[in-house]
Amino acid sequence: MIYLTRRATFSASHYYWNPAWTEQKNEQVFGRCANRNGHGHNYTLEITVAGEPDPVTGFVVDLTWLKNVMEREVLAAWDHRHLNLEAPEFAEAIPTTENIAIEAWKRMESAITAAGGAQLSRVRVYETPEIFAEYRGEP
Amino acid sequence: MKASFGRRYTISASHRLRTDALSAEENLATYGKCNNPHGHGHNYVVEVMVAGAVDAETGMVINMAALDDVVRGSVVDRFDHANLNMDPLLVNRVPTTENLGRAVFTLLKDALPAGKLERVRVEETENNFFECEGE
Repeated sequence: MIYLTRRATFSASHYYWNPAWTEQKNEQVFGRCANRNGHGHNYTLEITVAGEPDPVTGFVVDLTWLKNVMEREVLAAWDHRHLNLEAPEFAEAIPTTENIAIEAWKRMESAITAAGGAQLSRVRVYETPEIFAEYRGEP
Repeated sequence: MKASFGRRYTISASHRLRTDALSAEENLATYGKCNNPHGHGHNYVVEVMVAGAVDAETGMVINMAALDDVVRGSVVDRFDHANLNMDPLLVNRVPTTENLGRAVFTLLKDALPAGKLERVRVEETENNFFECEGE
């Protein structure tokens, strides 16, 4: 089994807010991230697919195809957007780095599975170079 | 759903690699420049990964501010701007990055909620790193 990883970047704004809580509790739990005017990051999306190299091409997947999947399924929806306001999955789910990794997985998994070659193995999202979350498809 | 959260911290520390089990010549042959008697230092990166269910109320595996408090209190403050050879967890071991990683894992495993710590990765330079999953 070979694991192949591709990166892409997107820039987006967000804030953390649980509407079931008071303003005070939101600020206590989420700190500066609770500022409802939002703030932004340059995110790095890193996806890893697992499979066997094709005997003819030597590819686990075609990297241009994979780049197109990332751009079509994720970047087109999230790049230069306000995640809370413009991405439907974050109308309710808080756009934490953990949830962004999970939602990016959901956006790409069916396209990758449908291609019939490699399987999506891991999605890692960097909010900054020092902060990241990872989702491996576990329930 | 189960996800992982990772955070990177920097510590600057000095060390010297040598062991009483080897002669002076053998230490030099084994550790090379790292055997320099006066020691030397690195800007280490300690990458901590915690895993668990994403909390439905917060969207988080762990609150980063709480993780920062634990890692800074138990690891960064302990090793930053210190001589690793003098640390009680390393005084009887060679302070390689492998052993530093194990010491960090031990400290964090005890300090974090049970079952949260998934992996510790320590980068000595941008070209070498070691990972510990507590096995």
